[in-house]
This record gives sequence, C-alpha cells and structure tokens, in this order.
Amino acid sequence: MTLWHVLPRGCPLCLSTWLLQRLWGLGLVGSLKLCSPAVRTSITSRYEMVYRSTTAQEEAALGAATAQEADAALRPLQDASLGALTMYVVPETSSLLPQGISVYVGKHRGALVRAGGSLAALRTRLRQLTQVMSFTASSIAAALSDRVPDGQLGPDARRHLKSSLGYEITFSLLNPDPKSHAVDWDIEDAVNRYVQPVLDKLSLVANFSVDSQILYYAVLGVTPRFDKESSSFLLSAHSLPHVINPVEARLGSSAASLYPVLNFLLYVPERSHSPLYIQDKDGAPVSTNAFHSPRWGGIMVYNVEAPASPQASLPLHVDVDMVRVMEVFLAQLRLLFGLSREELPPEFLLESPGSEGLAHWELDRLLWAHTVENIATVSTTLTSLAQLLDKIGNIVIKDDVASEVYRAVASAQSAMAKLATGHLHSAFQASKEAVTSSERAFFDPSLLHLLYFPDDQKFAIYIPLFLPMAVPILLSLAKIVRETRQRKKEPTKMD
Amino acid sequence: MPRPCWARPWCDGGRQGLTLPAVSHYRLFPKALGRLVAALGVQELHLALTQGFWRTRTWGQPPLQAPAGAELWVWFQPTVMDVDKAWKELSNILSGIFCASLNFIDSTNTVTPTASFKPLGLANGTDHHLLRYAVLPREVVCTENLTPWKKLLPCGSKAGLAVLLKAERLFHSSYHSQAVHIRPICRDASCLAVSWELRQTLTVVFDTFSSGQGKKDWSLFKMFSRTLTDACPLASQSKVYVDISPKNKEKELLEVTPTPASVYEAIVQGDKRTYAVYDLLSPSLFNTSRSLNVQLKWKRPQDSSELPTPVLHAQRYVSGYGLQTGEISTLIYNTHPYRAFPVILLETVPWYLRLYVHTLTIITKGKENKPSYIHYQPAQDRRRPHLLEMLIQLPANSITKITIQFERALLKWTEYTPDPNHGFYVSSSVLSALVPSVIAMKDVDVEQSPLFTSLFPSSDGSSYFVRLYTEPLLVNLPTPDFSMPYNVICLTCTVVAVCYGSFYNLLTRTFHVEEPTRGGLAKRLANIIRKFRGVPPL
Repeated sequence: MTLWHVLPRGCPLCLSTWLLQRLWGLGLVGSLKLCSPAVRTSITSRYEMVYRSTTAQEEAALGAATAQEADAALRPLQDASLGALTMYVVPETSSLLPQGISVYVGKHRGALVRAGGSLAALRTRLRQLTQVMSFTASSIAAALSDRVPDGQLGPDARRHLKSSLGYEITFSLLNPDPKSHAVDWDIEDAVNRYVQPVLDKLSLVANFSVDSQILYYAVLGVTPRFDKESSSFLLSAHSLPHVINPVEARLGSSAASLYPVLNFLLYVPERSHSPLYIQDKDGAPVSTNAFHSPRWGGIMVYNVEAPASPQASLPLHVDVDMVRVMEVFLAQLRLLFGLSREELPPEFLLESPGSEGLAHWELDRLLWAHTVENIATVSTTLTSLAQLLDKIGNIVIKDDVASEVYRAVASAQSAMAKLATGHLHSAFQASKEAVTSSERAFFDPSLLHLLYFPDDQKFAIYIPLFLPMAVPILLSLAKIVRETRQRKKEPTKMD
Repeated sequence: MPRPCWARPWCDGGRQGLTLPAVSHYRLFPKALGRLVAALGVQELHLALTQGFWRTRTWGQPPLQAPAGAELWVWFQPTVMDVDKAWKELSNILSGIFCASLNFIDSTNTVTPTASFKPLGLANGTDHHLLRYAVLPREVVCTENLTPWKKLLPCGSKAGLAVLLKAERLFHSSYHSQAVHIRPICRDASCLAVSWELRQTLTVVFDTFSSGQGKKDWSLFKMFSRTLTDACPLASQSKVYVDISPKNKEKELLEVTPTPASVYEAIVQGDKRTYAVYDLLSPSLFNTSRSLNVQLKWKRPQDSSELPTPVLHAQRYVSGYGLQTGEISTLIYNTHPYRAFPVILLETVPWYLRLYVHTLTIITKGKENKPSYIHYQPAQDRRRPHLLEMLIQLPANSITKITIQFERALLKWTEYTPDPNHGFYVSSSVLSALVPSVIAMKDVDVEQSPLFTSLFPSSDGSSYFVRLYTEPLLVNLPTPDFSMPYNVICLTCTVVAVCYGSFYNLLTRTFHVEEPTRGGLAKRLANIIRKFRGVPPL
C-alpha cells in the first residue's frame, strides 16, 4: 500500500521539499596543490521530501475561491527559508484551479498541484514542478557556461550575466537629433516606480546601483534601410550586432567601480530616419521594437510621432511614455538575469509576479545558480593563482595574500557543505565571501608576474662569463674525441 | 545687493549645513564625472592640462593660466574619512578618463596648501586638510587628452563652438591649456538649491604673426580651418567675444567683419575692454551667410603693438654651477604706479632638492622684506615634497627677489627617469593676489557678464583676483653611468674567464717530448743564409 492510499482521500496533502544538492570534484577539497586546470565538474542533486497532512489553518486558506487568494493566504503558513518549497496537493475535483490546469505556481514559495492519475504520475509531476521552481541540470550548466566547452550549450546559456557582487544599471536616452527632437523622460520616477521594487527583491543577490544619462548626437552604427511599402525605415536582424559599437564609446565606462554594467538604451531615431522598426530574422517587424545583447543590455527604439502639420516648429518636444519603455526594459532585465520562463506543459499555470517583478521562488532559482557559479569562479581563480605560482618559483606570497587564499578555500568549502545540507542562504553568503577573498588574493599587486625576472634573462647577463669559459671546455672535449678516435685507429696501424 | 558667498574670491563659507546634491540621473552633466564626484565625495575639482607656457610679459594677463603639464587640485567634502585614499583613487580614475598620466600623482608630489587655494564654489568651511594639490610638470598634452575633454560636452564636437576644435590646428600653437572645473553653485539668486557646475575651458595662443608672413590679421577659418555654422541646440548661451579694445581713443586700428550685432564693454582684470559679440543663438546671424567666419584686420601695419605690462608678473630661474648645490630665484614684479598689495607665493619643490631654509632671502628695492606669513613643511625623503607658502607685501613699482639655496640629492638607481640627463622638473610656483585695479571697476551683474570672467569673480570695485604660475624649472641631478654595472660584469667575467681558461688548459693539457724535425721555412731560410756565410747549419 502506498502512502497515498493511507491518507484519507480528499484531504489535501502537504508536501515540503528540501532540495539537497552536493557539489564535488571541483578540486577545492584538500590543498591548493590539487587543483588542476582540467577539473571535471559534476553536480549531483538530491531532494528531501517531507509529506504531511495539512493543518487546519492551511485547510482554511485552501478554501479560498481562487488560486491567487489561496496563494496569498498560504504565504504566512509556509516555510519562509530560502530554497524550501511547499506544495499543496488538492483533490482532483477542486475548483481552486481553473479548468485544464493541474499545477499552479504562486508568487511565493508555494504551488498547488491537482491530484489525479496514479501516484507515479503525481510523483513525476512533483519532480517536474521542483525543477521548475528550483533548478534543472540545464540551468546549473548555464551558470557554469564559461567552464563548459563550446558547443555543448544552447545559445541562451551564455545570455545570463555572470555572477558578481554588484551590478550597475545604466539607462541611457540617445537623442541623435537634438535639433528636431527635444526629448524628455522622467527616468527618476520610472526607476523608483518600476525598477526599484525588483532591485529591492534582488538586493539579496547583489548590490545594485542605478543611474541614467542623456546622450546627444549618439548615432547607431548602421544606416537603416528605407522600405517604400510601409514608408518606414527598417533595421534587419543581421545588422543589429553592428548597432552597438559606436554607441558604446559614448556610454562611458563606470570608472568608479568594478562591477559589470547593464546598459539599457532608449533610441529616439533622427527625424530623417523615422519611423524606425526592427525586423526579426523572418522579416516581420518586432512588436516591442527592441532587442537585447547578451551580457550587455538592451536597446529599444522609440519612434516619435510625426507632427500633425509639417510646419510645426522645431525642436519638437517629446515626452517619453515611461510605462511602455520600462515594460520592455524590465523584461530584458529578467532575461539578462536568466529569469526567463521556460517552455512549460500547458497544464502548468505560473502566476505573474505582479508589481514586485519577481516571485520568491525565482529568487531562489537565481541564488542556486549563482552559488554554484560563485564556487566555480573561486575554483578557477585559485587554480590560475596556483598555476602562476608553479610558473614562477621564487614569487613572494605575503601573509595577507596567504590568509585571503585560506579564507577563500574555507569559505568555498563551507559553501559546499551548506549547499549539501540545503541551507541556500548561508551557502550563498559563504560563496560570496569566497569570491571576494579569492579575487583579492588574485589581484594583489605583489603577484604581478612582471615583477619577477625570467630565468633566461638572468642567464643572458652572465653570457660574458659563460661564453669564454665554455670555449676551452668545448675545445678540450673536441680534442678528447679526436684522441680517442686516433687511439682506436692506432692498434690496426701497429699491425 | 550683497553678493552671494560664492561670488567673492576666497569665500570663507558663511553657509552652514551645506548639503551637496547626490545625483544619479544625468542630463547635460557627463555621467563619468558625476559618478566620480558622488563616489569619492568631491566638493570641488580643478584639472588643467597644459602644453607650453603663458608669457605674461608679452601676451598680457592670462584669462585663466595653468602651469605647464598637468595640474589637479581638489577639495573633498568633510564627510570623506580618508582623504589620501580618495585622492589616490581620484587621480587614478581621472587618469583613465582623460588619458593623462595623472596616476603618477602620489605623496611625493602632493601638497596641502594652507592659503593659496580656496574653494571657488559654495563651501561649508575651508579646513585645508580636505585640500590636495599636485602638479606634474613632465606631462605632455596632446590629442588623446583633447578627445575625452570634448566628449564631456553635451554636443560633443558635432555642433556649436566645439566644431572648431580640431586637434591638428589646436596643437599647432604656442600655448594650449584645457581645463575642467567642477564646483557646487547656487541654482538661483536666492540660493535655496545647490547645483553642480562643470566648466570646461580651453585657452589656445596662435601666433599669427609668424605663421601669416608677418601679418597679424586672423580669421576663424585661418586659425581652425573651419567656420561656425550653428549653435549647439542644447545651449542656452553661445557667444563669440572678440577683444577689440582700442589702444588710444582717436585712432581705430582694427576692423572686424562681419559687423558685430552688439558690443560689450567691461572691465576685465583691471582693464577696460571692448568686445565684439556674436550670438550664435540669434537667428539673424546666419540669415545673410550660412556660416560665421569672424575676421580681424589691422588697418595699418603696427610697429609698436606691445601690450601694456601687467601689474603683476613673475619669473623664476635656477642658478649656480656644479652638481652639488644651486639656487632658486624668483622675481616678482609689481608695476602698479602707486599701490602696494600682498601676494601669496606657493613653492612646491621635490624632496631630491634639499632646500636650505636658512638661506631664504626676500629682497625688495635693496632692503629685506619680511613676509607676514610663512608656512613651511619640510620634505621627507621619498615621502613628501617641500611646501613653502609666504604672504609677501609688494611695494608699488618694485621688484622682489626671493632666493633659496638647495643641495641636490643622490637618487637610487631605480628612481631615475628613463632620460635622466634631460633633467628633473620642478613645478611652477603659484602666485595668488588681489591686484588693485588701475581703473575703478563697476559692480557687474554676474548673470550678464560673459562666462569667461566669472570663475574668479571680482570682490569689490578696487581689486581683482589673479593667479599666476611661474616657469617650471629643469634641474640636473648627479646622474650615474647606467651602463656601468653591465660594463663591470662584462669586464670581470672576461678576466675570470681568461684565468679559468688558462688554468684549465694548464691542468688538462698533456705534454709530449717532440722529435726534432727538419724544421720549418724559417729554419731552412736561416740554413741557406748560413751556407752562404760559411757557418755550420743549425
């Protein structure tokens, strides 16, 4: 008799899942010397499932009219720690879930699953659900994409931003034609209203700073093609890679910090080139008129409506509709962080994250991937450091560098141990510390290999000594050879 | 109307609790500099990159002088905890932004002057511990510094006055100085809100006399090989001022074309000036012709076109012989006929010139002149330079000579520059003074006056602020023969190798007793001769 049948039928089954994951083979265990460049990375994962029946409070919450209400009511009753998921199995006949939907994923760390079919079917469905809400082999592989050889991954895998302790988000308004367009955008308000809630949620993952700028006379690198039929200008998909380069020079690097920058550009095309539309590979116009560049950011083209009368005085004042723009930029931001929603079977219903822009379980997903990536980064950094030490034998390792390396190794080990027991939050913190320590050790100015003389140069200085000394040695060697040869010949002569 | 604090030079900060705005959304202000100011707690930043030296005696009072090379002075906000760390970081970032070697600014060339540099913008107080000042006289300024400077302009070099700035013309000149000044200012007269002001200045001296076959006529096209076609659409003011001040009232010596729409008269640096003004924003300017090419023609060849000698000017030189000691002499001229005024002199001397402070003498008109304020900070080897600040009273119509002797230090062999025989630069000394005006000055409205006069606004009607820089000095230090170690290595190695070779030969050679043979050619020749002489052969 299986577990399912023991429980009274119709009672919602509550099932709490601990994701257990173990990471090994990174070569970090033990001492630094064990690191080798060709580490095999492999990951095994384990789920710990705890089944229990619902409490009275949960029962009451599940009695709500719609799934959304039930999700909201269930939130305070769930295990709030990062990485834990709670799934409620509701009876097949329940009206909580809409027709045809058997799995509902809420905004928090909970999901509703319709019981149905055999227990095995339920089990596979639960497994599928846990993978959607935590991680799959492919999402972890994407996090490690820099360490996996080319060709094994799809094009999407390299889209995600690399894990970092912080990110800088820059919104730039490009106005190549300030003579005809005086463009204004209320970016401050838009950032506070739309971007900040998402970043507040993501603040657990990294530090974020947001700024914006307006660039005048910044043009795209491609001249758009005029299309007579629609009397508009078109940018085809294959020319998009050339668009960014000339703009990039104007964007300005972030001189004050070392964090990676995410650029979001709003391009208001020149009067002579508007309206401007972006075409996809099939030649159809892109509905959002925007595209993104992996690990770099996104560009949106914002067409200004032509004035009603051609005699309208220039410059034309334009107020940017920030809702439309931010919708696109936020979608791109999610894409760049790897929060895109994958293709799911039709019976799955995902609740939209609403104004927060990010569901709790999506945050967990990000944390899983980033923790693994951080540990891999630490391993790579320390391996390269060890390689450098192998190459230069007489390099001086200062005490503070050594202590940073020890700290990095200890933090990485503790991160792996925490991951193995499923403590996502502390594992992530430990992995962040490990990254900081290892980077600090690696980029220490005393470890510059140019500070040390290569051995061949040291040898070159002593050439004036070695060369004249070598001459008599070589001559006498030649003489010895000649003499032995002669001695061999002599006995035959004697005969 | 009482002037706002910032409109006075050496503003001593009457405002308390000044909060500088933290900005993260930029419109016209360049983001790179804005982030820098915000991240490092900069209150005021002044960076100048200069090629050449402004010849005050022949060119007159400079509108805004800067010492040859790179000059950077920064006031930090009182909230900055570790000023030295912020200063180091700032110079490194600026070095990246402007492609200049500002990263060579370290404690050996940084000083904290106590009196010479006061905040030019709004300031809470003037605690000079928040100030850092450094000059790199070796820095060479060229195109790669101009391009990032132009990029800071909202219109770049695409529109407006900046289209004239083409590197191949600008660096073909006698003097080139580009500067960036960031300071907090009042947004309006009531001063309730504070704004950041970025002021970019460019001073170029073209020598049209030598390049134009002895003619002094010039035009925009001749100088820049370009003309002006429009104003930057973002500009609220875009004007060209041409100084057409008449030398003497009766004779009009010069003529500008096209005829200026307006003429502006002002007292700039104690001198009455007349400017022809071309407002690029006025639509009538480009009505008749599509581009503006300002031309200036002299009506008759001028024989004595000497500019009047400025009231305050200075020169400096190094004297002495040999490579052990020397003397730095500074001459400060006050040509004002009847007014005496004080001047603050700032000397920064690198540590490898060891100043003998007891030899400091200040002589005016044959008599010793006692400075009313002296601040001296001795150098520490490889740590910090000498800093000497003095407040000296200059009597009317006088020359003041300041001399100080020094000894040249021996450097470690790694401390020499790649071209040590070129010499070592000593940065310009700085003169700051409130110079009494010869003509009475009116209280001018700051809003109305042209931008180039408003960085150092005049304090009252009788004097104006001047900051002058003297020549940088080039001092030879005792320089070792850098090839010597290698020569020694070569010589000793050869000697050792030769000894080794002979010993080796001696030890490894086998000796045979050789049978006498018929002998060589010499022996046979000798025997033939002996035969002739009748002597028995060998």
